[in-house]
Amino acid sequence: MASSSTWSSSNWVMESGDVPHVLAVDDNLIDRKLVEKLLRNSSCKVTTAENGPRALEFLGLTSGEQNPLNGRSKVNLVITDYCMPGMTGYELLKKIKESSEMKEIPVVIMSSENIPTRINKCMEEGAQMFMLKPLKQSDVKKLTCQLMNRDCEI
Amino acid sequence: MDVMVQLQRQLFDYTASLFHEGFLDEQFNQLQQLQDESNPDFVVEVVTLFFEDAERLLNELTNALSQENIDFRRLDAHVHQLKGSSSSIGAQRIHTVCISFRNSCEEQNVEGCLKSLQQVKHEYSTVKSKLETLFKVRRSGPFLVRVLICNIEMTYGETDFGCRGVSVLGSVI
Repeated sequence: MASSSTWSSSNWVMESGDVPHVLAVDDNLIDRKLVEKLLRNSSCKVTTAENGPRALEFLGLTSGEQNPLNGRSKVNLVITDYCMPGMTGYELLKKIKESSEMKEIPVVIMSSENIPTRINKCMEEGAQMFMLKPLKQSDVKKLTCQLMNRDCEI
Repeated sequence: MDVMVQLQRQLFDYTASLFHEGFLDEQFNQLQQLQDESNPDFVVEVVTLFFEDAERLLNELTNALSQENIDFRRLDAHVHQLKGSSSSIGAQRIHTVCISFRNSCEEQNVEGCLKSLQQVKHEYSTVKSKLETLFKVRRSGPFLVRVLICNIEMTYGETDFGCRGVSVLGSVI
């Protein structure tokens, strides 16, 4: 993993024993399937979205609509690819952080490219972590461990 | 000469050669490690998805390069996709060609792009056939397997294992 912040958002640190619900966003079908498996193997419930707008819809952040059910859709973590056509992962991050309902939710950015300016930009916008693709099981286990506030071996 | 031991050895060596020759990298191991009882066909599923996706992208690339006015941004977007997918499944050689392909797109170098396209098609068909061979032989239940080996080219050194219609019962790695 390239970079991370402390998990201080108390709203979003979970009770141990709870199953985290992760929203994974990636335009690439193979990567979606992989990240889903990686997360399932780390005992997470997973919803996938193929682009930013769909992700926002699921989070109940589509502008002009108040989705009463999904206002608190109980998503504990968003993990998104950076390079996506249309809305990039960075833009998705911004929209989440600008919303009143979802701004505390941790957002992890993934990218196949290790570009320091890109990483800094995302961290400055409030990303929880930046991860390099292809993701490894150990990276995801570490991530979910931290999310569930457990004692993890580093 | 225990046929099963030979077969296991062949399979092991064949797989190892794919890594050794750079067709596959560590990421493919990661994929294999993700496979478990809840998802016993995971590797085949993901790789099959990759084949479908790659073929679609190769068609798009061929199409894009045959246009009079080549849209290099669109071309690059497709190569980026292929680069990502191939990296995700550990198809190293394809990934490597995609890197130089992207450079040619950036430079708007038509010749370079055409050359890269040809290379990537070649690498794709090679790794596809090798992986299909691997899956054919590995398709098995946890313990007992009936392996029907017909026309499978698995050579390692001097041992040429090209048996037609030999059916073997036993356990395979």
